[in-house]
Amino acid sequence: MAVATKMRFGVVIFPGSNCDTDAWHALHDVMGQPVNYIWHQETEVKGYDCVIIPGGFSYGDYLRTGAVARFSPVMNAVTDFASKGGLVIGICNGFQILLEAGLLPGAMLRNAAQSFICRYLTVRVESTNTVFSRAMTKGQVLRLPIAHGEGQYYCDEATLAELRAHDRIIFRYCDEKGELTPEGNPNGSLDSIAGICNAGRNVLGMMPHPERCSDPILGSADGRLVWESLLGR
Amino acid sequence: MAIEPRVWRELGLSDDEYQRVLKALGREPSPTELAMFSVEWSEHCGYPRSRPLLRLFPKEGKYASRAEGEDAGGIEVTPGLTVLFKMESHNHPSQVEPFQGAATGVGGIIRDIFTMGARPIAVLDPLRFGELSDPRAKYLLKGVVNGISFYGNCLGVPTVGGELRFEEPYKGNCLVNVMAVGVVETEKIATSRATGVGNPVLVVGNSTGRDGIGGASILASHEFAAGEEKRPTVQVGDPFTEKCLIEACLEALGTGAVVGLKDMGAAGITCTTCEMSAAGGHGMDVDLDKVPLRERDMEAWEIMMSESQERMLLVAEKGREDEVIAIFKKWDVNAVVVGHVTGDGMLRILQHGEVKAAVPAQTLADPPTYTLPTEEPEYYREVQAADLSDLALPADMNWVLDALLASPNIASAEWVFHQYDHMVQTNTVVAPGADAAVLQLKGYKQGIGLTTDGNGRYCYLDPYAGAQLVLAEATRNLVCAGAEPAGVTDCLNFGNPEKPDRFWQFTRCVQGIADGCRAMGLPVVSGNVSFYNETPGSVVYPTPVLGVVGVLDDVRRHATAAFKQAGDVILLLGETHEDLGGTEYLARIHGEVTGKPPALDLARERAVQGVCLAAVRAGLAASAHDCSDGGLAVCLAESCLQGRLGAAVTLPKSEAGLRPDARLFGESPSRIVLSASTENAGRIQEMAKGAGVPAVVLGTVGGETLEIAAEGKALISRPVAGMERRWRNALRELL
Repeated sequence: MAVATKMRFGVVIFPGSNCDTDAWHALHDVMGQPVNYIWHQETEVKGYDCVIIPGGFSYGDYLRTGAVARFSPVMNAVTDFASKGGLVIGICNGFQILLEAGLLPGAMLRNAAQSFICRYLTVRVESTNTVFSRAMTKGQVLRLPIAHGEGQYYCDEATLAELRAHDRIIFRYCDEKGELTPEGNPNGSLDSIAGICNAGRNVLGMMPHPERCSDPILGSADGRLVWESLLGR
Repeated sequence: MAIEPRVWRELGLSDDEYQRVLKALGREPSPTELAMFSVEWSEHCGYPRSRPLLRLFPKEGKYASRAEGEDAGGIEVTPGLTVLFKMESHNHPSQVEPFQGAATGVGGIIRDIFTMGARPIAVLDPLRFGELSDPRAKYLLKGVVNGISFYGNCLGVPTVGGELRFEEPYKGNCLVNVMAVGVVETEKIATSRATGVGNPVLVVGNSTGRDGIGGASILASHEFAAGEEKRPTVQVGDPFTEKCLIEACLEALGTGAVVGLKDMGAAGITCTTCEMSAAGGHGMDVDLDKVPLRERDMEAWEIMMSESQERMLLVAEKGREDEVIAIFKKWDVNAVVVGHVTGDGMLRILQHGEVKAAVPAQTLADPPTYTLPTEEPEYYREVQAADLSDLALPADMNWVLDALLASPNIASAEWVFHQYDHMVQTNTVVAPGADAAVLQLKGYKQGIGLTTDGNGRYCYLDPYAGAQLVLAEATRNLVCAGAEPAGVTDCLNFGNPEKPDRFWQFTRCVQGIADGCRAMGLPVVSGNVSFYNETPGSVVYPTPVLGVVGVLDDVRRHATAAFKQAGDVILLLGETHEDLGGTEYLARIHGEVTGKPPALDLARERAVQGVCLAAVRAGLAASAHDCSDGGLAVCLAESCLQGRLGAAVTLPKSEAGLRPDARLFGESPSRIVLSASTENAGRIQEMAKGAGVPAVVLGTVGGETLEIAAEGKALISRPVAGMERRWRNALRELL
């Protein structure tokens, strides 16, 4: 396992992104990493080890979450970056954008309860076979917050079989004991899916917000495990 | 041709006001000018009826404050760092169209914050509706919560607190108040003054349409008649544009090329052009042909009155306007030069090459004030004289506790705040549902505590005492969290001020707040008045809602209500009296709203708060919870169920002469329940003794039930898990 003391992070800003500064703060101030912002008009993404597509309401998300952002210049650049093995994490709206852009399979539906949900919950680590989860243990229960209106993950059966067969489901919603129950699934996601990776295992999409729980003063520091995995700690 | 009286009266101007307009202009006003006077002199914008009384509020406190003349006020948390805040109402629009009414309420108050250069960091929403047995109340609640969720979540400003109340008097007039909080380096606070002759004036943000025309003067300055169709005057919110507007404005202010900036709230361009000119002692020429419009063929008066959302007026430094425009372009937001600052103090509005209005800005910005007659309401003597000593004593106190925990005024509001993003910006240290929210200020050791409080019942029974009880509770909430109360904002929700009994309520509440704040050493830095919250046959309780900001000198040293550790000692600061008047218990269980509200001694209140604050700041208290709605029993139950720990409590012998229902559910103020290790509890008791504050041991934390006994007799015995279910699910079940 490679151990990097420093990684260069880029945080994409779309008009309407609102977790961009949170990601920056978690990586720069809490984790001590160099971070730059990447404006949505930029056509090149170079010099980064990892690019974060943060949460928010890109372009207002009045159409469908992430549906407009996928057409922005920066997403072509991010796709190119990912195709060359660059690490990409989409969080919340960022996950939705990665789905719309085709970097990850599936789609997001409105939460089963039809309302926005913001609260802490528990997710279970399903795979530690990625650079995003290697510092975790399989079956570990993490306390992370969600904040979304459209987080009900959905995909067709073949895709689900593919995700399962290749260990691409990274996080599942669970109850406090780590069991997969309907009560533990906040938005009705298929197979309790909270986070997946691509076939190349260098692109992660997750609905929970690790950047919101990287500093224990905010109620949990379980989100640090994502950054510590990346940094090989 | 002389203007007919009907015209100005329909616009909301009195005959006397019209005569003043004539005198100020020395001629008849043009239609555009008449429209401008009508909105600017309306209660909503100019506060002609409330302004004389609002001067009673103290403006100074321990923390340096900023309380005059701008969109919001604030306190300096630590040298160089100011927290700006303000509360406003969006009652009338929300009653008409709850989703957009509430959404645009959030948008408007946020603009008051960033227009001063502050980054908005929090929103709080105190909400009041009729009883949930009424389907209309459910509809309004759902619409309002959806609207706040839609707008606030998209903006990325966390909604960290508020209140939720359901009472009959709000049936025809819901109260939707919104408080916004922002943070700014003190030296970078922006002004809303137009200065520098020749400086360009820009309209930035959304284009202008016909939405909300006359909203300020028509909606907010008159009673609704039943069934009246007001929908076209409610505005529509666009949070995405507002988000971009926030970023663009803050970036533009950072360049130093902006001279002044003001939010277009009620009365849009009229309000901003005239008030910025007047504040700067200058005038302005504005060409309406240059204003980006959303609809064709808009008349000058329509453009001047429009309340289209997400717009601001900006005065730039001459020669640097392109720099400013480029920033707005980057965020894809309009920024158009529409005029320039002049030296003659006149506000001149041009359209199609014609002068549509030419009025002295100072006159327009300075409406006449009135002293309205007051009269003690008929009900007041009656409720003051009510004798509660023969009130039937419930046979089963467990049943009462269960009923109170399931009251929507006490039950968990998580159905609401889980729909709000309350964590974005990663500053939320203590989330909604606590006595007060606690936020960190990144890069500083300090934090802030935020709370809002109102109690219409208390204020109805005694407006002066009620308003002070609200202040006492709000500040008590803060010290429980470990924050020292530092500054106050208010939203004063009342009925028709032209009715002397209503204006008496208003006057007494304002006096109560003013005297209370003076006694507590707190400045009132900003505020808002909402009159005419009445419909035929229905008027709201007099409801001043206070938002109070407190300072934590070390944000890590905070407390919450939840019991933390079995074996901890439970202490009661303060003491219980026979205070049943105006309580939730009296209303919910006995169906009565009467009596004198609980008796408050502000000196005692300050002393109790001082001990609690010192205990939390010293890290001695494991939990701290304010004893208010539902009394001591509900307070203990909440500490149990939030901590998922039981408690065994014996009520103090000194109260043995009181009614058991008053001991359990009475709402005597100046009481706080703390828990602490045995050693720390002893130290807290010593501190209390030094301050002359009673601090008795009530019992210990532990087990799975809440047991309350007095004089050897069990009064309450309830499993914590059952109480939690009841409290957590009650609101969802009522919906």
